Amino acid sequence: MTPYVAILSGRFRTLLQYRAAAFAGAGTQLFWGLIRMMIFDAFYRSSAAPQPISLSQTITYIWLGQAMLGILPWNVDPDVRGMIRTGSVAYELLRPLDLYALWYSRAVAQRTAPTLLRSIPIFIVAGTFFGLRAPASLFALAAWILTTAGAILLSAAISSLLTISLLWTVSGEGVTRLVPGLVIALSGMIVPIQLFPEWSQPLVRALPFAQVVDTPFRAYLGTLGRSETASAIVVQLAWTGVLVLFGRWLVARAARRLVVQGG
Amino acid sequence: MPQIVVEELRKTFRVAERQAGAWGAVRGLVQRRQREVRALDGVSFALDAGEMVGYIGPNGAGKSTTVKVLSGILVPDSGRCEVMGRTPWQDRVAHVSGIGVVFGQRTQLWWDLPVIESFDLLRDIYRVPGSDYLRARDELVDLLNLAPLLDTPVRQLSLGQRMRCDLAASLLHSPSILFLDEPTIGLDAVSKLAVRGFVKTLNRQRGVTVILTTHDMDDIEALCSRVIVIGEGRILSDGTLEALRGRVSRERRLTIDLVDECEEVEDADASVIRREGPRVWLRYDPARVSTADLIARVTSRHAVRDLFVENPPIEEIIAELYGGREG
Repeated sequence: MTPYVAILSGRFRTLLQYRAAAFAGAGTQLFWGLIRMMIFDAFYRSSAAPQPISLSQTITYIWLGQAMLGILPWNVDPDVRGMIRTGSVAYELLRPLDLYALWYSRAVAQRTAPTLLRSIPIFIVAGTFFGLRAPASLFALAAWILTTAGAILLSAAISSLLTISLLWTVSGEGVTRLVPGLVIALSGMIVPIQLFPEWSQPLVRALPFAQVVDTPFRAYLGTLGRSETASAIVVQLAWTGVLVLFGRWLVARAARRLVVQGG
Repeated sequence: MPQIVVEELRKTFRVAERQAGAWGAVRGLVQRRQREVRALDGVSFALDAGEMVGYIGPNGAGKSTTVKVLSGILVPDSGRCEVMGRTPWQDRVAHVSGIGVVFGQRTQLWWDLPVIESFDLLRDIYRVPGSDYLRARDELVDLLNLAPLLDTPVRQLSLGQRMRCDLAASLLHSPSILFLDEPTIGLDAVSKLAVRGFVKTLNRQRGVTVILTTHDMDDIEALCSRVIVIGEGRILSDGTLEALRGRVSRERRLTIDLVDECEEVEDADASVIRREGPRVWLRYDPARVSTADLIARVTSRHAVRDLFVENPPIEEIIAELYGGREG
């Protein structure tokens, strides 16, 4: 195994151990999903105007959001945060590895392992009882899987940037307060982007956050055609490339001014 | 050609200061004061391959900073440093594959995984070929008696067990240099002896260069022929343990158990420093009076049950060296 794959799988195995957290998380997500379902139900009933997507599509979108919440790049890697506070980050630098690639591998594990654990019970429960539909077609399923893979790569790039910010701020307290609101709203996690004001949609879609949530969900619902799917994947990869380069540049700058805490 | 060369290394840290209390916190929002701390203030030394060196000094003297520069994770402000012909911070990745580091207060093992999985991960991280890895691992498991611990998650190990595992983890890629930063801190006597025994074997039999920082003088006496003392970022002394003793104080101690508890002991060349029942501690300078003469004089004047000669404890010598600098 190459070092980075080894780190990824090591982190993945570690995170899979937190089963109680996953079940508690799934419970919370089911509860929130139900509340949001009721809100959108009331919203659709009270409005006579035709909406860009149907209620049943919105409900599926909501449940996908609850199941895939863990891919959202909303926090710093708690492991690295702990290491920076205590100075154990020294050991990260003692490895014959590229620091950016090391943290990116950690971020991929961080975004996938908890999501995997939480999404399965949500898919089962919401699919059986609460109106989560199957993918619109076989093509939609394939497009969903591909764009989800793209979303994970992109989300890991954004998460790495948040983690890298710890090299300046140490505590990460500020980042974890500012970023979630922004990311959750702009990704489409609260309101599907198709229900955003029309003028704002191109703007919101141009930002990377919508690529993490809205793009794969629309693929699942079957609203992305072949060429749209292809271009969505290109946009995801392009954003990933840009953010990875930016992250690498930041790490190179930070390495010279790094201070390892404690004696 | 020495394996490690350090010349005129300097590193200054800026420390933000604020006054204590609520008012200090409020003022700190507007006005920031920074104090410069010279962690390294012109440190130079050279080590040959296979040496075992004790690197000692009080807290905040610059020991850990030196180790961090040598291991490539901290960039100094100025000075030269070469380890095996490479500048650590310029060539970090190549450099760290050839060294092993243990920070006694931290662990490099994966907290939630069994020890063996941490070892396997390190094999992948250091790209150690399978057969070399198995040989190194089995040897380390054997030397450090780790077999019963391998399947235990790291978080469930005692400190002594964890330290043995950490030592093994730092050596799986067979480095030729090992930095040990306070490896015996917090360990019980048995674990300390195990760690010392292992480090000694490693150095004597495999020729691994060891730099050991510690506050435990027993570590130094048990392991190191050469001792570098650092204080306030400068090297205060560099040489053998005997030379260090001689430099600071040449005094020796003679402890005598008398037959008669009430007898007074007096000698022109020695002074009594303590008395407890029949036991008397004398201090003398071996350059003024030979040990044999002193013992002959004392035994001819007094009825002596037992006596022995010793060096003053190394702690006292070091304290004198630190204190002499401040005064």
